[in-house]
Amino acid sequence: MLKNRIIPCLDVKNGRVVKGINFVDLKDAGDPVEQAKIYSDGGADEICFLDITASNENRDTIYEVVEKTSKKCFVPLTVGGGVRSIDDINKLLNCGADKVSINTAAVQNAKVVEDSSRKFGSQCIVVAIDAKRKDDAWEIFTHGGRNPTGINALEFASKMEKCGAGELLVTSMDKDGTQSGYDIELMQKISSMVNIPVIASGGVGTLDHLVDGIKSGASAVLAASIFHYGTYSVNEAKQYLASKDIPVRI
Amino acid sequence: MNVTIVDYKSGNISSVINSFNEVAKDKVNIEVTSDLNKIKSSDKVVLPGQGSFKSCIDGLNGINGLIDTLNEFVLNNKKPLLGICVGLQMFADVGYEEVETKGLGWISGKVSKIDNQNGKYKLPHIGWNQVNIIKESKIFKNVENNSHMYFVHSYEFVPNDKTVTAATTDYSSNIVCAVEKENIFGTQFHPEKSDKTGLKIISNFISI
Repeated sequence: MLKNRIIPCLDVKNGRVVKGINFVDLKDAGDPVEQAKIYSDGGADEICFLDITASNENRDTIYEVVEKTSKKCFVPLTVGGGVRSIDDINKLLNCGADKVSINTAAVQNAKVVEDSSRKFGSQCIVVAIDAKRKDDAWEIFTHGGRNPTGINALEFASKMEKCGAGELLVTSMDKDGTQSGYDIELMQKISSMVNIPVIASGGVGTLDHLVDGIKSGASAVLAASIFHYGTYSVNEAKQYLASKDIPVRI
Repeated sequence: MNVTIVDYKSGNISSVINSFNEVAKDKVNIEVTSDLNKIKSSDKVVLPGQGSFKSCIDGLNGINGLIDTLNEFVLNNKKPLLGICVGLQMFADVGYEEVETKGLGWISGKVSKIDNQNGKYKLPHIGWNQVNIIKESKIFKNVENNSHMYFVHSYEFVPNDKTVTAATTDYSSNIVCAVEKENIFGTQFHPEKSDKTGLKIISNFISI
C-alpha cells in the first residue's frame, strides 16, 4: 500500500536555514545540509528546500547546498524558489535535486511547465500554488506571496495538471505561519479535482493538523516550524499518524 | 571492479551517481559515461532512465552503437546489468507512452499505463510503497520482505513470463516492481532514493 508522505521543509536564505512567519520576519537557525541529514535519518519521506532569496544576489548559494545535501541524503529532494526557466531546472537537477517546484514562472508562463515536464519528465516537476481566500474562492499569489494575480486557484490547479505537472504543492497563505492547521477546504477541493498527488502546506501547529491534512485527500503533508523548532520529530509525527490509522512508512 | 552508469542524456542521473559513489566508497570504480569501449570493458552496467519510454529509447538511439553494445554486454557476454525505473521498462518489447515505441526486447512483455480505476488512484504513483518479494533475487539479499521503496511512475512493465518477476507492489493492482532474468536485473522503484534499504540493493548489485 502506498504510504502518505511527511515532508519537512527548510526555508533557505543565503545558504542558511530560516523559517518565515507569514512569509516575513525571518529567524536564522542552522545549516541546511545538516538539518536535511537529521530529517532523512529521522525518517522524513522527502526533503524540501525553499530558497527564499532566490530572486537576485547570492542565488548560487542554493546550488551548493543542494549539491552537498544530495551526497548525504538518499531520499527525494525537492527544491523551489526563484525557478524561472528550463536552465534553472536543469541546473538544480544536475546538482542533485530530484524534483523542482515552480511557482511564479508557472503562473507567468505555463509553457515552462509544459516544456520542462516534457524534457525532464513530469515526475520532477512540482507546481507550487500559493493561495489566499477571497470571498467564496481562492486567489493565487506569486513572488513568495507578494503579488496578487486575480487567478482562481482551482482553475489554475487544473490547468497545471494538464500542462504536465507531476504534483501540486498547495500552500494556504491565510494559514501559513499561524500554526492553526491547513486550509482543509482548499486541500479537499483541489485534491478531489485533480488526479495528480497534492502536497498540503501552510499552517501546521500540531500533529492532529497532519492527520487532518491527509484526511482532506492530500497525498503528502509538508511542515516546517513544528519540525524545525523541535516541537516534534518526524518519527513522532509518523507514530502519531500511524496511531490514527493513517498509513505511513515507519 | 568497474561499474558503469550509462549516461545517455536522459533525465537526471545525479542521484544515481551519488548513491553508487556512496556505496562503492573506494572499493569499486564508478564510471559515468557513454563511451562504448568503457561500457564494453566494465564488469557491470547500470541503465538509469527518467522521463518517457520514448524519450529514453530515443536517448539510447541517439548514441551511435550504444544499443548494439548493450545487447552484446547483456545477451552475449551475460554480464550483470541493472535497469532503474524507465531503465527497467526498456527491457520490454514495446512501450505505449506517448506513442508505441519498440523496446530493447530483453525480457518479453509490454509497458503500459497503470490503470487508475477511473481516477480512484492518483497518477503518477509517487511515494513510498512496500515491495512484496516473490522470488529470491540476488539484489534482495538481506532485504526484508515488505520493505519500503520510493516510487515515481505512471507506467508499468507487464512481462509475458511471470517467472521473471522478483517483486511486486500493491497500488491499483499488483505492479511488477523488480525483475531478474539471468544476468538482467531491474527495479521500477528508485533504490538511489530509498534510503538505507535502497543503498542495500545497490550494494547487492555491486556485489554480484
